[in-house]
Amino acid sequence: MYQYIAKRVLLTIPTLLGAAALVFLLMRLIPGDICLVRLGGGGGSFDPKALIACHAEIGVDKPTIVQFLDFMWGIVRFDFGTSMWSGKPVATEILARLPISLEIAILGTAVAIAIAIPLGTISALRQNTWLDVAVRIFAIGGIATPSFWLGIMSVLLVLDVSAAITGTPWMPPIDYVPIWKDPIRNLSMAILPAITVGYRYAAVSMRMTRSAMLEVMREDYVRTARAKGLVAKLIVNRHALKNALLPVVTLLGIEFAFLIGGLVVTEQVFNLNGVGRLFVQAVQNQDYTLTQALVMLTVAIFVFTNLLVDLLYGWLDPRIHFA
Amino acid sequence: MRIRYGMLGLALMAATPAFAEETPKRGGMFTYMIPADAPPSLDAHRETTYATLHATAPFYSVLIRIDPSNPSSPTDYVCDLCTAMPTPTDDGKTWTFKIRDGVKWHDGSTLTAADVTKSWQELIHPSAGVLSARLPYYAMIDSVEMTDASTVVFKLKFATSAFLPALADPFAYIYKKEILERDPHWYEKNVMGSGPFRFKDMQIGQSISGERNAQYYHPGLPYLDSFTGIFTPKQAVEIDAIRADRASMEFRGMPPSARDQLVKELGDKIVVQTGDWNCVNMITPNHGKKPFDDPRVRRALALAIDQWRGAPALAKIANVRTVGGIVFPGSPVAATKEELQKIAGYWPDIEKSRAEARRLLKEAGAEGLSFELLNRNVDQPYKYIATWVIDEWSKIGLKVTQKVVPTGPFFDGLRNTTFDVTVDFNCQGLINPAMDVGKLLPHAVYSENYGNYEDQKDIDLYQAMLHETDPAKQRAAMREYETYVLDTQAHAIMMPWWERIVPMRAYVKGWKIGPSHYVNQDLATVWLDK
Repeated sequence: MYQYIAKRVLLTIPTLLGAAALVFLLMRLIPGDICLVRLGGGGGSFDPKALIACHAEIGVDKPTIVQFLDFMWGIVRFDFGTSMWSGKPVATEILARLPISLEIAILGTAVAIAIAIPLGTISALRQNTWLDVAVRIFAIGGIATPSFWLGIMSVLLVLDVSAAITGTPWMPPIDYVPIWKDPIRNLSMAILPAITVGYRYAAVSMRMTRSAMLEVMREDYVRTARAKGLVAKLIVNRHALKNALLPVVTLLGIEFAFLIGGLVVTEQVFNLNGVGRLFVQAVQNQDYTLTQALVMLTVAIFVFTNLLVDLLYGWLDPRIHFA
Repeated sequence: MRIRYGMLGLALMAATPAFAEETPKRGGMFTYMIPADAPPSLDAHRETTYATLHATAPFYSVLIRIDPSNPSSPTDYVCDLCTAMPTPTDDGKTWTFKIRDGVKWHDGSTLTAADVTKSWQELIHPSAGVLSARLPYYAMIDSVEMTDASTVVFKLKFATSAFLPALADPFAYIYKKEILERDPHWYEKNVMGSGPFRFKDMQIGQSISGERNAQYYHPGLPYLDSFTGIFTPKQAVEIDAIRADRASMEFRGMPPSARDQLVKELGDKIVVQTGDWNCVNMITPNHGKKPFDDPRVRRALALAIDQWRGAPALAKIANVRTVGGIVFPGSPVAATKEELQKIAGYWPDIEKSRAEARRLLKEAGAEGLSFELLNRNVDQPYKYIATWVIDEWSKIGLKVTQKVVPTGPFFDGLRNTTFDVTVDFNCQGLINPAMDVGKLLPHAVYSENYGNYEDQKDIDLYQAMLHETDPAKQRAAMREYETYVLDTQAHAIMMPWWERIVPMRAYVKGWKIGPSHYVNQDLATVWLDK
């Protein structure tokens, strides 16, 4: 298995380099100029020499091939450069945002698992009953509702309900405090976005759990277990659910990876200073170095999450071996 | 300027500034929002965004500034670090400033004229590798010298009314000489000033906070114990945050719909200050593209627009309000309504105006012209303005489509002059008409003009106005320049000037709105009535 892991890790290197090269080229196809946005975005006058100096300072005045080689050489040395916008190392920029994104991803996944697996299982076991129909409606609602809309509505709901009850509107804090500094403030900020993204995430996983459970429950070994007189709870928990979880785990892995860098709109709705918002800022500002680093981070997260999911397969289904 | 109290919808009308008579209270923590992403750097000398100012102005001093108790005045300058506003000598070309004694930097050392001199020298003659973004504003300054430990002398290349507003530039922070000499880039990532608040903390991309400077040189100020500014680029978050009192206000300005919503929901807990804003959109035809090289076509575009009826209608949904020419409407050198009504595009009889527009188009062979209007992907007021003018143009038979693009590609289109006609903009800090109207100069002279034309007469008229020191004669020269660029050549079409609308929690006192979101941001006079 260790050999398998080593092979997979080594395979990430060409994947990351390929992604880096691709994003480098794609970024330069977008028309625009980071210095122009920075100096002229406000509408005032600025010194034309400042524009030239700005280009020189961030290195975009060099030929593209030289910029590309500098960039690739930096990657080889694990030096992802400095943000063209802020002048800070890209690692500093990303690390400042990663905790909140990670926290929302973990909480969102927890919400999703807590909703999806029990409801998906119940829905399958009570197929075509009113309970199954209700769960499926709940799931379709989650898939059909955009998270950002749900986010806006949830804030408004909290504001209106709190105003109606206490006379004073309440909403979650708009500035992030780490959980180890102030757990209550931290969780009161994180819980609404976690529920918002967790619901959509749960809806997809719930449908997957239901269909996988329906399939597994028709397998011969389940029928045999029933014939042996095993209690239904044991059949479901010990035999059926574990096997039905394989596709669900794949989905959970992909969604978790997506949540870390992909909560672009939800982060804006809740004023979360996360990686998704940073991604948008970097693209809007045409901050090449930061965008490149963020794309590589996202690729790395997906690659390692997929590796973790593959390893989980072995634990869930002992018939799967890694070679 | 008006200050409006939140009662109900249209009941929001003029009232008098209440805080003038109230006794300020000391203490409290003030939380406000900065409606932008975090700025690229903390160095106001190199940045042009208000995000830098709203985040860092409380930490710094400036030499002179617009009077914080009367920021709506376009001419009321007072000392910050100097002791008295000087009278110029040498026919208006030499200005001598005495610097206050006993001003302390936040590190405890003493601020001297050397610091003021070095800061201004860096602004007008930046060291190698250092950016001074607004250099054109200081074009009239020849040199800055320290004559003794408390005296700074500015020598000008020519006498001009544009000097004092340039000197009062809110971005012109005074930095410590020793730090600038050691590392001219230090202020990009660090804060150390002599202003009303000391730097406390900055959370990257999220917030900045400061605490009271007990050694501040303006007696009794500041009133607040501390402040936190939170970056909130989304307006929906700002409205909710003010409603839930997570933050008291933001200082840039909100659209009418946001004001109405907050007033409706918070009643007398919200106060709204409004005023004309030194920002304006303008429609700029690309003179390099046919048929916009023909002044008759450009004039026709101006003549089709009913400014007088359009502005009040737009003001209900967009943050624009006042019909004006090239000069900020509150300025002494701005055109009066009667003067404007003589210029193409401002005629009082819109039917006569549109008939003339049709005649000009026919004469130029451009009847039924179709073209694309390039616009920036910004709601307020860009998209509203564009939608309105497209409708106005349809009334003379023009077929116009709007192309909305993000900021980066928008600027790219402007710089490469690939557009037919664009929604351009001019958003300045302090009211400095002689400098602000430079936007109408050809690109070769003013790099942010995107009309793609050369025009020596335009330059000559501007220079004559800029160098005129007699107020009455300068006003006349401004009219001549304005008539030439808006009427004779129709280089651009001015849209209604923006309206600045700042809803704030009623307990926030001591801050007055000005015509620019760049000024009066040091929070020294802000206090909390709770």
